Amino acid sequence: MKILVPVKRVIDYNVKPRVKADGTGVDLANVKMSMNPFDEIAVEEAIRIKEAGKAEEIVAVSVGPAKAQETLRTALAMGADRAILVETDEEVEPLAVAKILKAIADEEQPGLVVLGKQSISDDSNQTGQMLAALMNRPQGTFANTVEIDGDAVVVKREIDGGLETVKLTMPAIVTTDLRLNEPRYASLPNIMKAKKKPLDTKTPADFGVDITARLTTTNVAEPPVRQAGEKVEDVDALVAKIKELGIA
Amino acid sequence: MNTLVLVEHDNASVNDATLAVVTAAAKLGDVTALVAGADCGGAAEAAAKIAGVSKVLKADDAAYGEGLAENVAPLVAGIMADYDALLAPATTSGKNIAPRVAAMLDVMQISDILSVEGPKTFTRPIYAGNAIATVESSDEKLVITVRGTAFEKAAAEGGSAAIEDVSGAGDAGISSFVSREVADGGDRPELTSAKVIVSGGRALKDGETFEQIINPLADKLGAAIGASRAAVDAGYVPNDYQVGQTGKIVAPEVYIAIGISGAIQHLAGMKDSKVIIAINKDEDAPIFQVADIGLVADLFNAVPEMTSAL
Repeated sequence: MKILVPVKRVIDYNVKPRVKADGTGVDLANVKMSMNPFDEIAVEEAIRIKEAGKAEEIVAVSVGPAKAQETLRTALAMGADRAILVETDEEVEPLAVAKILKAIADEEQPGLVVLGKQSISDDSNQTGQMLAALMNRPQGTFANTVEIDGDAVVVKREIDGGLETVKLTMPAIVTTDLRLNEPRYASLPNIMKAKKKPLDTKTPADFGVDITARLTTTNVAEPPVRQAGEKVEDVDALVAKIKELGIA
Repeated sequence: MNTLVLVEHDNASVNDATLAVVTAAAKLGDVTALVAGADCGGAAEAAAKIAGVSKVLKADDAAYGEGLAENVAPLVAGIMADYDALLAPATTSGKNIAPRVAAMLDVMQISDILSVEGPKTFTRPIYAGNAIATVESSDEKLVITVRGTAFEKAAAEGGSAAIEDVSGAGDAGISSFVSREVADGGDRPELTSAKVIVSGGRALKDGETFEQIINPLADKLGAAIGASRAAVDAGYVPNDYQVGQTGKIVAPEVYIAIGISGAIQHLAGMKDSKVIIAINKDEDAPIFQVADIGLVADLFNAVPEMTSAL
């Protein structure tokens, strides 16, 4: 079985994003970028499935600018076998990404596609579900545990109120939640080896996918700022305040 | 505009999150509620009573009982032929199904909206709530998930909509439900609809201490219990307690953050609370920048003292 792992280059999760003064977006100039944290978990899970002897090859894919190569090299250094960069400087929406991924999946015929549940930039939480719909394959979203069981995959999912287990006929699409695993760090020798692993570059046009945006962002603003309130001296003062609020 | 609301329910009653979705849908036009489930007559009756719902579609089939996206999405996509917009709650269930419907209709979903600015214009948070984007759709049909805490809840009583039976293709045969483990919350209010939330962080040391310190205070206040990601990752509490970008988004009247530093991941999940109270021994903790009332103190002394004084 082959596993396809889409990864996205996003602003590093430790960086506090700044909204541009003209309201056109978030300032990404000279900001540290990294692999989307949920995608690291996806790469890690794919590697663990391969290490367990349930998969032969891991193909990492990214849709984005030339610099997304760095993100793919990170995936290769973690343990992916080869990579495909679908290069474009446009901002590509989840629907178009899903269409590109479907075209790649049609060529590669993976048994599993493992994606992060959402990107921490646009917070959409759509691509995996959309890909599953386009491929007419089952989806195991917000995965907490993934087990391959013959030609099916059993996914324990994080849902509101607890956990739910579903069994999906492969090929299937899985999206990762935070607690699925702890991603490994790429070691220096592996980073060096990753430089020699194959990385194909394509364009959205190679797959015949129209990436014209369906949504227009007309403004990006700072959220309303909360004013810091007052600090109270001691517990008694705090209790008095709580009583004023009328909740006790 | 004819809008279809995907009702979240347990086959007997309607989930609170759906009431906020009805409010958002009513801003766009006429509201039809879709109840898909197995033996879901009770939920359909409840949906018919929601103020503002003009019609209820009931799809009663064993295949829809567990809310599997592979079965429910084709049903919804088929019904959407007669509607201009689909609105679903931005819960794990809505987030699972709605994008699948959107792709089947070849439209881009608008996730987690905070407001309706026009017939095709909405605001939504990006970058963990660090920016608010205004987006306009050029798609013919809209597929939207709605942040429950951003809209008033429609009244659960007062409506008298007609219930109509609909059917779809049923079981797609590519997925099956195995089991569900529901975390035991006891008699506590549900986290996303609670008026008061007491939330604990990593400073609570371990699960036992968390329970000893947080539970009595929550009991006194009739509050739901939340936690930061750090407390969940450390295993003090189950993960459905987690408040934050990757957990639950809450906006109670009072949010009491105990031993929580206030990382942006956490703030994204609770900064719309009406009053935020923070107890932390580090006076420079970022939580104090958003707290209305702060107490710099050791929680192990302060919280029990507080609990007994209340």
